Formats: sequence, structure tokens, C-alpha cells
Amino acid sequence: MTACAIAIGVLFGSGALALLAGRNGRAASAISAVGAVAAAAIALPSAIASLGGAPSDDLVVNWAAPLGDVRFGIDSLSAFFIVPLMVLGAICAIYGAFYLDDQRERRWLAAPACFYNLLVGSMLAVLVARDAVVFVMAWEAMTLTSYVLVTFDHAEADVRRAGWVYLVASHLGVACILSTFVLLGHVGGYDFADLGSPHGAGIAAVAGVLGLVGFGVKAGIVPLHVWLPEAHAAAPSHVSALMSAVMIKLGIYGVLRTIAFVGPVLPWGALLVGIGIVGALVGIGLAFYQRDFKRALAYSSVENIGVVLIGLGIGLWGVENAHPIVAALGLCGGLFHIWNHAVMKGLMFLGAGSLLHGAGTRDLGQMGGLMKRMPRTSALLVLGTVAIAALPPLNGFTSEWLMYLGLARVGTEANAGGGMWVIFAVAALATVGVIAALCFVRLVGLGLLGQPRSPAAEHAHESGRGLLFPMLALALAAIGLPFLLPVLAGALEPVIRTLTGRSFDLGAVGEALVPITILSGVIWAGAIAAFLVVRRLSRRRRAAATWGCGYTVPSARMQYTGASFAEGLNRLLPKVMRERIVVQPSTELFPAPGQLSADREDPFTRAAYEPFVDRAARRAGQLRWMQAGQLHLYVLFIVAAIVVAVAVVSIRDWWVLP
Amino acid sequence: MIAVEIVAKIVIVLALPPLLLGVIARTKARVAGRVGPPLLQPYYDIAKLVRKHSVVSSTTTWMFLAGPAVGLAAALIGALLIPIGDGRALWSFDGDFIALAYVLGLARFFTMAAALDTGSAFEGMGAAREATFACLAEPAFILGVMALARATGSLSLSAFLGSASIAHIWATAGASIVLVAAGLLVVLLAENCRIPVDDPTTHLELTMIHEVMVLDHGGPMFGAVLYGAAIKLFIFAALLVRILIPIHDPAWLAWAAFVLGVLAVAVVVGLIESAMARLRMPHVPALLMSACLLCALAVVLLVR
Repeated sequence: MTACAIAIGVLFGSGALALLAGRNGRAASAISAVGAVAAAAIALPSAIASLGGAPSDDLVVNWAAPLGDVRFGIDSLSAFFIVPLMVLGAICAIYGAFYLDDQRERRWLAAPACFYNLLVGSMLAVLVARDAVVFVMAWEAMTLTSYVLVTFDHAEADVRRAGWVYLVASHLGVACILSTFVLLGHVGGYDFADLGSPHGAGIAAVAGVLGLVGFGVKAGIVPLHVWLPEAHAAAPSHVSALMSAVMIKLGIYGVLRTIAFVGPVLPWGALLVGIGIVGALVGIGLAFYQRDFKRALAYSSVENIGVVLIGLGIGLWGVENAHPIVAALGLCGGLFHIWNHAVMKGLMFLGAGSLLHGAGTRDLGQMGGLMKRMPRTSALLVLGTVAIAALPPLNGFTSEWLMYLGLARVGTEANAGGGMWVIFAVAALATVGVIAALCFVRLVGLGLLGQPRSPAAEHAHESGRGLLFPMLALALAAIGLPFLLPVLAGALEPVIRTLTGRSFDLGAVGEALVPITILSGVIWAGAIAAFLVVRRLSRRRRAAATWGCGYTVPSARMQYTGASFAEGLNRLLPKVMRERIVVQPSTELFPAPGQLSADREDPFTRAAYEPFVDRAARRAGQLRWMQAGQLHLYVLFIVAAIVVAVAVVSIRDWWVLP
Repeated sequence: MIAVEIVAKIVIVLALPPLLLGVIARTKARVAGRVGPPLLQPYYDIAKLVRKHSVVSSTTTWMFLAGPAVGLAAALIGALLIPIGDGRALWSFDGDFIALAYVLGLARFFTMAAALDTGSAFEGMGAAREATFACLAEPAFILGVMALARATGSLSLSAFLGSASIAHIWATAGASIVLVAAGLLVVLLAENCRIPVDDPTTHLELTMIHEVMVLDHGGPMFGAVLYGAAIKLFIFAALLVRILIPIHDPAWLAWAAFVLGVLAVAVVVGLIESAMARLRMPHVPALLMSACLLCALAVVLLVR
């Protein structure tokens, strides 16, 4: 724990130091990156030790305030999240230093450098907090610092709006989280060890649901995800990577803690599987037609959070129904997916940043032909897309594989009618998988391949080593994890013990992963061999233009676009989820310009939140007379409030005392 | 003995698939009253393609080559996982049917990426259609295989198609198995781009799916595409045969039934192609949804 405390100190200290660098943007970025790497080097050994089940030495500060003691500690569940936080924190910090470098003439880079380190530090504080008050404070610090980073490009109206939506959504979430802790604690007892259900199972269930909603906002559980695509698209890419890879996972961390606090008052397993399937289907259903590269990635994060919840839900179902193998498969699948997603989504967002850097756009319609102009970034992105489409031989498949096995075991063994729903859940997961693959082949095919669709893409340039090496590190992790996970499976035992309070034999998980490890090796070998053979066989080739079916002057504009590629699938979606395209044809007798616009608003925002917020704003507007802007009136309100309060208290005393 | 069996299976996987294409072509020719090409024509085609020069679009990158290569490698790896002959796969483990679906998914990913690599509108269109239909074929396949897994209580293809269990299930849950077989037949037609989903022999790029995706591939690359497609057809045909003709003892009968059965599937595909026209593209999702529903119904019947 001491190491983590020092790491927090280093992060906050280097953040403050970055501010001192003043207008020297390069120095500020360097200080921030060095601070993040140093913090990772300090915290990781201790986190890995705790992951292995090393007992925590709690750090208690006696704070003589109504808040009670301030308590920090680390257990294996925190450590499980600290590992990706520190790894991604360091990698994204290095990337960020180079990423923002070309803006150092125009912008004051000390601010993002400082807030980046504060963000990593407050996330670390969230993970080591051991009492509710500190937890909520760290949580709030995490939200505010990330808000500042999201709105880095605040000159753009879209970015300001994204930041505003993020801030509002996060605070509605915090309200729920606060209520959860209030319901679970008792006066003076907000240490995590004291949280429980002092007011009975009913209240505990309410607290559980509030916790799920509150943390679900951060995690991006559908329908609470609407801030996520906005904020991830708006933020600088290294910040999007950190948010998507780690910060939304802290929402999952919160959900897991809540479940541990309230206990089995609700059927958590079935609940999480259900929420997860809805989230995964909706997330990927919205991802595949996005025009904006980073928005598509953000929706894919919504999908992956759903997949993580499916895994954890299967595991909890296994725990509730005393089915140890299913519990082990599901929990390990869900937990590993958290790590896997951190690696591959980090890679994808950093790659998107590299594209933005090289081609100056996130719009698929302006990309194309980048594989030739940015070969290294593109190759790494192809690797990332295969991983995140959950295809073998990369890491995304391994964790989904464990979930499939868990579900298939329940589906083939369960005697009750529930088995049917489990089999449908398998089919739903498979559908999510295939749509994900198509979503990402679209990003690769239309973004990187083909001919450049804009002058910017035509003149794109490859990014420097400072951007490529962080991506390469993550790509190597995506390649290596399928081979490491069978070994690591046993290491999750303390995490699962912390989570469920029971001990599980994870041998079955390791065994289940062995064929996938072999399969990954076979696929690598087979694909590389086939590639070399086919290339050797077709060595006698000459170049010509793409076959245009007799048309001799094909242009880049004739290529399939992102919209046309997604059109067929779009038509299969429920109507509310589809991309809304507004066509205003010309009504003139003679040809005049018509209009066609695609609405990229999230359907949940459009159909539910916006009307609700509008109505609420109208209602609230009726109270505007109170805000007259006259001091006398405000003094009157205060006096009236005091009079009423005193009256209530004295009447109550008068009523009760005699 | 085991070595002989393994060698026999490898030979079957490598040698038999192109024959299925020949059988389909011959069946269609016979129904139409023509003599048709020799049964071995696909082998000649592949051999010729491998020796040819190729013309490659200057728009393309290494992804264009990776498409056929990964497609072929993935199809071969997929073929390792399916029960052959007496019903045991070369390699089986719990959940291998899911691995099979994902390995074929990998092939689809790279085929589509290679199609988009050419920057051609036609190939983009083929990829988009493939994408749309794959989303509907995949759940049907998984539901169908999960129904079999549920019926036999086991988790690997060899376990539920290889042993006596599937024969036993025929007696108790025959209706479900018939439904699954019907669903998987539709999936076979869709995944292998046969009529009524796709017409491999049409002359208009506008109306094709798979063939238009590989329009720019030529020479050895197209040979790899053709061979990979044949193996994929073989994979689905083998599954269907093991479901419908679950003989595993004595071994010679099982092998004979398997080889004849796979060829019979090719004949059935040829007959279907002769008897119907390709559906209009907007109607294909309905066909695939019906396959999903058939498989879902099989699940419901089993679990009820």
C-alpha cells in the first residue's frame, strides 16, 4: 500500500511540477510522462504482489472531522484494476507527450499534462480508497480532471457540448453512488469494512440497484451510455484511450464492490447477463454505422462493457447456483476481458490518434488509402481490429471463449427451462461477435484501404516513433496474452475470493484455455505460411487499375462509402436505433439544391433524454420569477426559510415533549 | 491403425472438397440436359490458376494478398475441427464448434478486407452484402449446433456427432434434429454463396456476393480463394452428413456413408440450384431469419 501512496504522491507532484514548467510545453509533457512512468514503476510491483493475495497494510489517517478516518488499502480486486491502470497510464502518457507536441506553439500544454497525471492519480486513489468518503472524493476528482481533458479542444462547439453532457451524466451518477453509500452505511461507519445492509434486505436491494445505476453511468451500461461516445470522440486520443481502457472499467469495479457490499439480495447473475446482452447488442448495433472513427470505437466500448458484464454475470450465476466450474469460467472470462479490452481498445484509440495526426481527420468519409501512406500505423490498427473483433488468434477471443464455455455448460446441463434462455444468450453473444467483426472490417476497409477520399488522406504522413512505440507495446500484448492467459488463470484465484468470499479451483479455466492457446499458435503459423506460399506463387504479377467493369476512369468517389457499406445491416436494426437520415428534396419545378443530412445523435439521447430534459427545463423555467436578481428578495427567502425551519422544529418539540 | 486413420482424414480434407464443386456443376448440367464439365474440372482449374501470372490492382496493399491466404489457412484449420468419416475430428476439444465459427469468421474478415482493398464499388458492395447476411447466418449456425449440444449433453463436435449419442437422440428428439438439419442446410447455402442466396455463375457483378468480392483476384490468389471456398463447403456438408447419417460402427460403413453423403449434399445443392432462382437481395434476410427460427424452435422443443 505504501508503494501506491507514494505513486499517488508522485503523480500529483509531477502534475503540479508540470504546471511550473509554464509555457514550455515540451518540458511539461516530459515531466508528466516521466511522472506517470515512475508512478507505474513504483506501484506495479506492489499491485502484482497484492494480486497474488499478499495481505494489505492499510494506511489510516486519523482525521478528526465528521468524515471519520481516512483509510487506504489494497486488496487483490483493487490490484487487478491497478495493473491495467498503471500500464496504460504510462503508455498513454508517453504517447500523449508526442501527440500534443505539434500544438505547443498554440496551446498551453502544461494544463493537459498536469490534469493527465491528476487523473491517473485520482483513479489510483479510487482503487485504493477503503472508506466511502475518500472513495467519493477521489471519484469526483477523477470526473473533474477527465472533464478538463475531454474539453481540451474547447474551441469547437461539439467538444464543449460533449464535455457538458459528460459532466451532467457523471454527476447524476455520483448522486446515485452517494445514496448507495448512505443506505449501506451507518453514522460514523463509512469504512468499506463497515458497509453492509444495516437497514434490512429491502434497503440493501435498493442500494444495490442505485449502485448499479450510479456506477453504470461511468461504465457505459446501456441506456446510461450516452455521454460515452461524445466524450471519447471529443477527447485527445491518448485521453480517450485511457478513459476507454481504464476509466470506464472503474465503473465495473464499483459495480463489483457494490455487489460485494449488499450481498445476494438480488439475482445478480441473471441481472448482469441480461444487462450485458442488451448493452452488447445495442453498443455494437450503434457502432457499425458511425462515420466518426473514434465514435465507432466508443460505441464498441459500450459493447465490450456489455460483454464483460455477461462474463461476470455468468460467473455470479455459477456462484449463486453452486456451480463452481461455471463460476470460474464466467468470472475469469469477465475479468480477463477487462484486461484484454484495456489492451486492444488502448491500441485502437492510440491508432485513431495516429490517423488523426497523419491524415487530420476522424471522418471515415475523408480517409481511405492510408495503408499505403501510413503503413505502420495501419498494420498495428489491423492487428487491433482483429483483436477487438474477438477473432482468434489475438487476445479478444480468449476471454469471450471462457464466457462461451461457461454459457454452453449451463445451456447443456441445466435441467430447468432456463436452459433455453442460456442457449439464446449464446446465440446473442455470437451475433454480437459477428457484427463486431463487420464493424471493424468496415473501419479497416474504408478507413485504411482503397483510394484516398480526400486531399488530406492523399497527403497523409506516417507518425513518428513516439506515437508508434506505445502502440507497438500494446500490439505485442494483444499477440502475447493468448499465450500467457492459461498461466495467469490461476493467479485470479485471490481476486475471485475477494469478490465472492469463496475459494474456487481455477484449474478448469487453465485447461479450457489450452486449446485456444494452441489454436492461436496454429492460426499464426498457418496464416503466415499461407501468406508466404501465395505470395511466392503469385510472384509473377503486374500492376494495373482496379477492374471497373469496363469503365475506364474510376475515381475515388465511386468507392463504397461507410454509409453504403452499413446500409444493408442498418435496415435490419429496430427503427429507433437506425441512423436517421433527413432528406429534403427540391420541390421546385426546375432543379434546385436539395438537402440530405445524417443525424449522428445517439438514439437514446434523441428519443428519451432530450425530450425529458427539454420538459424538465420548461418546468424549471416556470420558477424563474424567484431569480429576480434583487438582493432584498434573496434575503427574504433566507429569512423565510429560517422562520419555517424554526417553526417546524418548535412545533414538533411542543407536540412531542409534553 | 490410428496413424492410417489420421492420414486418411487428412487426405479426405485436402483432396475431396474440389470434387464437391464438380458434382454440383455436373448435377446442374444434367438437370439442364447438358453433358457438363468433367467431375474433376475444379482440380484442373486450381492447377491452372496456380501456374498463371496475375494482374494486381495498383490500389491494393498486402491485405489483398492476405485475403486469400488467411481464407485458405482458416478453412483448413476449420476442417481440422469437424468430424470426418467415422465421426471423430482430427482435433477436438470442449467448445470446438465455437472455435470453428470464429475461425471461419477470421476468414470472412480477411476476405472482406481484401475486397475493400481494391477500392472498387462492386467489391465493396459484395463485402457489404456478405456482412449483412453473415449477421443472420451466424446465430442460426450457433443455435443449431447448441441444440445438438443440448440434446447430447456434450460440448465438442466429435462428442455429439461422433459417438452413439446422436443416433440415440434421433430416437428421442428426431423432430429437433430435422429442424436443425434444415436450418443448417440454409446456412450452408448462405455461407457458401449458393442459390437462392447468391448465384456463383451470374454474369452481372451487380447481382453477386462472394464472386464479386474476389473479382480482382487472379492466378494463384484466385486458386487459393477457390480451394478455400471448396473446403468451406466441405465443412458444412460434413456437419450435415454426420447429423443426418450418424453411423459410426462398423468403420468401413461409416466411411462409405460419409463420403457418399458429402457427395449427396453436393447433389442436393445442385438440385436446389437447378430448381430455383436466386432470391431478390431484400428477401434473403427473411430466408436466413427462417433458418434462425428453425434452429430456435429445435432448441425450444428440446428444452421444453
